[in-house]
Amino acid sequence: MAEVKELVKELSGKYGNKRESLIPILQGIIDRNYYLSKEAMLEVARELDVSAAEIYGTASFYSFLDTEAKGKYKIRVCKSITCDMKGKNSVVATMEGMLKIKVGETTQDERFSLLETNCIGLCDEGPAMLINDECFTKLTPEKVRTILGDYVRNKF
Amino acid sequence: MSNNKLRVVDVIFSPYSVAPYEILKNTLKKDKEQVIKDIIESGLRGRGGAGFPTGMKWKFAAQQKSDIKYVICNADEGEPGTFKDRKLLVEVPRKVISGMAICAYVTGATKGFIYLRREYRYLVPKLKEELALYHENAKLLGLDFTIEIFMGAGAYVCGEETALIESMEGKRGEPRNKPPYPIQVGYLDKPTIVNNVETFASSAMICRIGCAEYKKLGTDDQRGSKLFSVSGDSPKEGVHELELGMTLEAFAEEFGDGDTKAVQVGGVAGFCIPRKKFKTTIIGEGNTTGGSTMIFNSSRSMYHVLHNYLDFYAEESCGQCTPCRVGTQQLLKGIEAVKAGIKKPEYLDQLVKLSDTMRMTSKCGLGQSVTNSFSSIVKNFREEMIY
Repeated sequence: MAEVKELVKELSGKYGNKRESLIPILQGIIDRNYYLSKEAMLEVARELDVSAAEIYGTASFYSFLDTEAKGKYKIRVCKSITCDMKGKNSVVATMEGMLKIKVGETTQDERFSLLETNCIGLCDEGPAMLINDECFTKLTPEKVRTILGDYVRNKF
Repeated sequence: MSNNKLRVVDVIFSPYSVAPYEILKNTLKKDKEQVIKDIIESGLRGRGGAGFPTGMKWKFAAQQKSDIKYVICNADEGEPGTFKDRKLLVEVPRKVISGMAICAYVTGATKGFIYLRREYRYLVPKLKEELALYHENAKLLGLDFTIEIFMGAGAYVCGEETALIESMEGKRGEPRNKPPYPIQVGYLDKPTIVNNVETFASSAMICRIGCAEYKKLGTDDQRGSKLFSVSGDSPKEGVHELELGMTLEAFAEEFGDGDTKAVQVGGVAGFCIPRKKFKTTIIGEGNTTGGSTMIFNSSRSMYHVLHNYLDFYAEESCGQCTPCRVGTQQLLKGIEAVKAGIKKPEYLDQLVKLSDTMRMTSKCGLGQSVTNSFSSIVKNFREEMIY
C-alpha cells in the first residue's frame, strides 16, 4: 500500500498533520481513491498520531466520507420531501434499470454508485441529484436517460 | 403586530456598489462601537433559524480578550426546503464576505472561514475568485482578516454552531454543551463568531443603507427583510425577499397554486400550518426565521410528508444523546404501526408526549425541534395518520 502512504503524506503536507486537518485529508483521499479503505484510515491514524478508531468514528459520521467501496461516479439523488413530491421515485427507478443495480449498490465495473441523500438545497428545481460535484435539476425519466447515458458511454 | 400584506422588497439582491468593497471601505472609517450599536439598533436577528440578535453576539465577542478570534460563515444550509444561502453565495457573495469582514473589524477577529456544505462544492471556483478580489482589497484597506473555505462532509447537524466547530476540528459533528458559547470558547477553544450567510449579507446591507432605513421594514418582533425559500406545490418556486410580518394567508395567496392545504414554515424543524390557521399565523413570529416554506396542496398525503421528515431525522440525529437518537426512531416506527393498524389511534397521543419529552431533554436544536413538525402534523391531520 505504498500508494496510500504517499497520498496521505502528500495530503498532510498540504493540510497539516493536526487533528483539524483530518477532514480535508479524508476528502483528499476520496477525491483520488473514491472511498476510504481500511489501509487509508490506518495510514491517516499513523500520520496524525490518533487512534484508528477515532479516524473511523469521524469518517463514518459523515455521509460524504464513504468507508465502504464506492464507484468513481457517485450519484446522489435527493430524497427530501419536495424532490420526492416532484417525482424522485421514477427518476431513481429509471437509473436502477439503466445501471442494473438498486439504491445503495455499486456497478460491477466499479464506475457507478447509486445513492439517495438528504436535501441538497435544490428544492426549487426538483427532483435534483448530484453526480460527484455536478448538479442536475428538474429531472424526468427522459432527462435522466440522456444524462446518465452520456456518463455510461463517454465518461470513464 | 402585522401589516397583513405581503411586500416584495429588494435589499439583499440589489446591485453591488460601483467600486468593489465600497461598503467595507466606508464602514472601516466608522467607530467600531457605533457599528455594533447600529446592528443592535437595526433589530437584525440571526437568519439561520435560531434568531439570536446579531448585534448582541458581536458585542459580546468584541468584549472577549484573546490573542486570536475567528469569524465563521455558516454555509451548511441543510434544512430541507432551504436554498437561499446557495443563491446568496452564487449571486452576491461580495455582500456575504463584506459582512464577515465588517464583523471581523468590530470584534477584532483576524481569521475567517466559510464552512460550506459538501453538497455545494460546485460553488467553490467562483467563491475563490471573489475571495481573491476580497483579499486584494483588504490589503489595500489595511484590514488584517483573511478568509478561507472549509468544506463540510455531509451532516445536517453540523449547521448547529458547536457541531460545526467540532467538525472543523476534525471530529464527529456532535454538538457541545452550552455554555460556554462559541463567542467565549469556539474553534480551537478561541472566541468564535458563527453567523449564517444571510445574516452577514444583511449586516453589510444595514451598513450600506443605514439602520434607520432598514428598521422601516418588518414588525416590532422581526425587523427588516428576509429571504424565503419557496418550494413544493407552487408556481413561483425560488428565493423571494419579503418584508417580515405578513400573514400566511397573504403568503399562500401569492405563492400557492390555489389549492394549498398546508405550509411547512421553517423547514422540517419548523411547523406545519393547516389552511384554517393561515389567517392568524404571521411568518417570523413564534416560528423559526430560517425562511424555508414548503407548500403542500390537497393532493398530498400528510402521513407521507411526516414519514419523510421522520426518516430524515432518524438518519441525521447525531446519536450522541438518547432522547433524540431513540426518540426519532420510535416516532417513525410509531406512526408506521398506527397506519398499519398494529397500534390503536390513541397511540398517537403517546407519541406526541414522547416528542414533547424530546424537546425538554435533547441536547441540541435537532432533537428539540422534532416535536414542532411532529405535533403540528399529527394534531392537524390526525385522520390522515390513521386511515
